[in-house]
Formats: sequence, structure tokens, C-alpha cells
Amino acid sequence: MTAEFAGSQIVIELVYLIASVLFIFSLKWMSSPTTARHGIWAGEIGMLLAICGTLLHHGIVDYRLIAIGLVLGTIVGIPLGRVAMTAVPQRTALSHAFGALCVTLVGSAEFYLRSPDISRFMMSVLSLEVILGGLTVTGSLMAAGKLQEILPQRPLTYKGQNLVNFALLACALAIAVSLVRNPGAQSLFPFMILIALAFGVLLIIPIGGADMPTVISLLNGYAGLSAAAMGFVLNSKLLIIAGALDGSSGLILSIIMSKAMNRSFTNVLFGAFGQVQTSAAAGEEAKPVRSATPEEAAAILSGANRVIVVPGYGMAVAQAQHKVRELYDGLTKRGVDVRFAIHPVAGRMPGHMNVLLAEADIPYDRLVEMDEINGDFPQTDVALVIGANDVTNPAARSDTTSPIYGMPILDVDKAHTVMVIKRSMNPGFAGIDNPLYYLDNTLMLFGDAKAFVGSIVRELGGGRS
Amino acid sequence: MNSSSNLINALFIFVLAGFIGFEVIRRVSPLLHTPLMSLTNALDAIAVVGAIVLVGEHKSTLSAVFGFIAVIAATSNIVGGFFITDRMLKMFKSSRPADKPVAK
Repeated sequence: MTAEFAGSQIVIELVYLIASVLFIFSLKWMSSPTTARHGIWAGEIGMLLAICGTLLHHGIVDYRLIAIGLVLGTIVGIPLGRVAMTAVPQRTALSHAFGALCVTLVGSAEFYLRSPDISRFMMSVLSLEVILGGLTVTGSLMAAGKLQEILPQRPLTYKGQNLVNFALLACALAIAVSLVRNPGAQSLFPFMILIALAFGVLLIIPIGGADMPTVISLLNGYAGLSAAAMGFVLNSKLLIIAGALDGSSGLILSIIMSKAMNRSFTNVLFGAFGQVQTSAAAGEEAKPVRSATPEEAAAILSGANRVIVVPGYGMAVAQAQHKVRELYDGLTKRGVDVRFAIHPVAGRMPGHMNVLLAEADIPYDRLVEMDEINGDFPQTDVALVIGANDVTNPAARSDTTSPIYGMPILDVDKAHTVMVIKRSMNPGFAGIDNPLYYLDNTLMLFGDAKAFVGSIVRELGGGRS
Repeated sequence: MNSSSNLINALFIFVLAGFIGFEVIRRVSPLLHTPLMSLTNALDAIAVVGAIVLVGEHKSTLSAVFGFIAVIAATSNIVGGFFITDRMLKMFKSSRPADKPVAK
């Protein structure tokens, strides 16, 4: 190695070091909405530095193809950055797939370039990289398809499903082991990838829409870990750091999500939640409920001092967030204190509700996390539930036979009056009956969330002027 | 350099970076979990550096083709990820500095 090469290598490594520091700051600044945008700038500068540094790499002979790739990637990336806020969960799943695709392709190319001259350790990491990467590619595509409703959202289960999945994973690992022993067996490698891809599909098939927040977080973690493994293979410290940061982010979010559902990872991945309860819900006889009209709801709301709105996935489906903002404005003008209670798993990905409400221009200090707001429900005049179901189900506190028993919920039933906007009495996605609807202090507001909130807003306006 | 010392170095870096990630991300407000995910996604696309080297070195047709697709996939994540994170964060506004007296 000549002095000149070593010199440029040192420059590249220093640039990577700066990029790593910027990445860490980028995440650190995400701790608060006031500094978060600095975080993006830090990330962007770090990324730009890293890419420019890489172009100094002495082995690079073909810059044209790189440039074309970067331009094409930008052309694909811009529309992905411009999707509607309601489509953010599927966009996120899709980008996990792209990230994992990159890692899997690079890993595969490295295998064919180096085989058979690969050390045992290197081959183990490389196998880990492409197996994790492969299953994340198809798993994330499946998740994106379910979220976009191209694929059925209902969990699909069949007998022996878990057995088939485990057998597939075992096959992939067996191939990995034989490749570690004999890295020259190039013909085995494609099978390992194919099995990983198939495993990703089968892993997501039994997962229902309500479990998507956990699954997206988990796939995020896998994408990070596979990138870190790629860092080991390429001996790139920057990649190891970025992968470890992304991996820990995915892991933390998965832990928060599964805690918020009182379920373990294995239960989410292998439990097929939706199937459990359908029979039990069908056995319930019709119980009386009290319902109210938009006029009555508007009268109760305008007479209240404190209102807490509980948004859920139904609000996102009905695109009701802008009407909710009008309701917020109307009530705030009348001096009503309106806050929003955000359950960690409300919606289809971590933080989904916050983004939708922020998009509708509701100030973020009005959005309160479950643990902070739960104590305030007994002093609340009206809890207005819009498109949320399981996260308000009091059975989770009391009914040990309920499949969601033990899941932390928003204590809306403790408010003086509970109003629930719901299309019909059909049980929610998971098919679990909600005793909240039959309480004496509960009023059911039947209708489409957007239309119903719109009528309440009109009533409020009409009564005023 | 001998590869086992490389390995040990890499493991140290991985474990320490994991700790930093854990401590930093634990402090991220749940309010921002969605933009956090799109940001880490963009940062994770730093894998593009590996793909760029593959394409640039052009050691075999296969590695160049795989690398080329990988560059496209990762770049789209970088561009799309930073772009949407920025759009989301711009939407988060506080009521306090605004003229609206909300606290009653």
C-alpha cells in the first residue's frame, strides 16, 4: 500500500467518524420537537459527508454508474417523501424493504466476490446479514401491502403454520452452517436467500392490522441489525454504528409497543390474535346502549369544562383529523379545555396519531401520553372516543378471560360522560366486545367519524352565532 | 491487519454504539416516534456506501448489477426518509408561543 492510498484511507475514515458523530446527534436532537429539525440537518450533513468520503475510495474506477444510481434513487425517493400523512405507515414499511434489499444485495455480491476465500466468522456474519435482510425485504413488503389494503388485513392462519415457519428458518440456518463449513459451495447460497424471502412472507401472513405497530418496529430493528452485520462484513465502522443505532431504535420501539399491548414478541409473531375471539363475540346477546344525535353531543360538549379526545385508527381511516381540529377550535373558543389522549398503539405505527393530529395543526402540547393523562379522566366532563376501540376497553382491567386482559388502557370509563363515535355496534378489528359501550355514562354516536364530527362542529357554530 | 483483531474492534464498536443508541433513543419523546422511525430509516441507508464501492470497483458484472440496484434502493431511502421526516417535523407546532391562549 502506497503512502498516498493510506492517506486517502485516513481521510475517508475521519470523514466517517464525523458522520457517525452527526448521526448520534441527529437522534439525540429528536428528543424534543423544538430541536428535532436540527436532527435532520445533522443527519443530512453526515450522510452527504459519508457519500462524498466514499467517492474518494481508491478502488473506484466507474463513477458514471454510481451517478446514474444516485440520480435514479433520488427520482424514486422524492415521491416516497411526498406521500400523504395517512400513508406514512405503509411508506415506512416499504422503506424498510428497500433498506433491507440494499443490504441483501450487497451481502450477496460480497459472497460471490470472495467465495471460497471467506473465514468462518465472516461467513456466519454474512449469512446473518442476508437471512435477516431477505426476510425483512419480503416481510416489510407484506406489511406494506396489508397497510395499503392491497392484501387482506385479517390474519391468515392455517394448521401447523408455526411448524412450517420454524422448519423454513431451520432450513435457512442449516444452509448457513454448511456454508460456514464450506464457503465454496456457491450453489447453496441462492437457496438460503430464497428461503429467507419465503420466511418473510409467511411470517407476516398471520399478523393482523392491530399488531402492525409492533411488527413495523420489529422489522425496523431487523433492518438495522442486518445493516450492522453488513458493517462487520465490509469492516465499516460507520455502518456498524448506523446499524446499531437503527437496531436499538427498532428494539426499543418494539418493546414499548408490546408492553402497550401486554404481549410478548413471540406472542405477536406467532399468536394470530384476530382468530381467538370471534366465537366468543358472536355468543354475546344484544345489550341495550344509549345513543345520541349530533345536536345532543354538541350541547354536552359545549357545556363541559374539560374534554379529552381519544383518537384511534378509525379516525385515520375516516380521514377525520381535520374535522377534529375544527371541533378542537370550536370548543377551545368557548373556553373548553380540550386535550388528546394518545395510546402508544393507537393507529398502525408508533406515534401515528401524533403525526395525523399535528398535520391537522393541533398543537403538540395538547397531545398527552397515556400514563400522564390517565389520572385526569375522573375530573374530565367528557371523554370523546373517535375510532378507537380496544385501547379503551375496560375489560382489559377487570375481565381475566378477555384476550386483552392486562393490556394498559385509557381509563375513559372514569370520565363523567363518555361519547363514542362508531359506525355500528359491530365488534372492532380484533372481534373483542367492549363493555364500555353498555355503561350508564356512555353515549354512542353512530355514524362515520368525519361526518359526525362535522355535524357536531356545525351545531356548535350554529348555537353560537 | 489481522482479521481477528478487526473482529474484536468491530464488536466493541457495535456494542458501544448499541448502548449509545439505547440511551439516546430512550429519551425520544413518544410524540415523535413516527418521525424517529423515518429518520433512522434514512440514516440506516448509509449502507449506500457499501453499494457505491461495489458499483465503483466493478469487479464482476454480478456485483456491479447488485450494487447498482442497491444504490438506487438506498438512495431512495435517504432522499425519501429525510424529506418526509422534515415534512412531519414541520407540522409539530406548540400552542405556547402562538397567540392562542389555550390554557384556561
